[in-house]
Amino acid sequence: MTARRPFTRAQRATIVNGMLAFVVMLVVLQLWLLTATMNAYLGGDHSVIVPAAVASVVCLLLNVGLLRYLYHIERTRQ
Amino acid sequence: MNEAGRERLDVRIDDADRQGLTGTAPATLYRPIRDPEQVTIAPDWRPMEEQPAWRADFPIDWPQDQYVERRDFMKFMVLTSLAFTVGQFWIAAENWWRRQRGDAEMTRLAGVDDLAVGETRTFTYPTEHDPCVLVRTGDRSFVAYNQKCTHLSCAVLPRVAEGLIRCPCHEGLFDLASGRPVAGPPRRPLSRVLLEFRGGQIYATGVEERTA
Repeated sequence: MTARRPFTRAQRATIVNGMLAFVVMLVVLQLWLLTATMNAYLGGDHSVIVPAAVASVVCLLLNVGLLRYLYHIERTRQ
Repeated sequence: MNEAGRERLDVRIDDADRQGLTGTAPATLYRPIRDPEQVTIAPDWRPMEEQPAWRADFPIDWPQDQYVERRDFMKFMVLTSLAFTVGQFWIAAENWWRRQRGDAEMTRLAGVDDLAVGETRTFTYPTEHDPCVLVRTGDRSFVAYNQKCTHLSCAVLPRVAEGLIRCPCHEGLFDLASGRPVAGPPRRPLSRVLLEFRGGQIYATGVEERTA
């Protein structure tokens, strides 16, 4: 069994670009969630607060997971 | 490649390591001397693996620089994601604290005959930090709203003759009868103070917040 070759720098750059696009989409989603929740809260609609907080946590966990993967490929670079 | 790094050519043709059309060039001749991707060359000419860690974060070639800035931007975006999540929990905590405080108490505002038709009176309800305005719009009709504009919390002013409530900061207009926005930047109606009439007195009994 051969050891996995570490990513080349060009490959790492492509991976980081892809992850960055995904992270930006998630952050924009979180921004929308925050503004919509604030609007609903100030308008007296309290039913969306907890689901929105859960959705925001899921987005954060996805982002943290991607960041951990980034650190992983940093450690294994050539 | 300098001369010192190049091996002497072996003139024998029947060598297993020989490559090339003529069979005279040793295999090591074509071996790269360093990673072709690694454009960065440190001032001391040692390979990057032997350089201090900080030098990798301050590259002097464009591809590496772009890689580092995208990586750092991604870290910043994850930090922003954390801030948004904290904001969500702050809203949830505010909501929890507000529920713990319970409903607003009934408070006497004025006597029915204290205000003439078209007259207004300001008061605070349910706390002293919540300015409100009471308006007598007809013989038997009163309305009361929180005085903070739903755009940026400027104090709104009733214009009873026009049937409007105006926010002077950004020219926001609300309908006096319903409190709904009719012009300008506000999108949410004003919070309505619920009124009750007992024995010729006007009481505030609660606040109705609305999204539309």
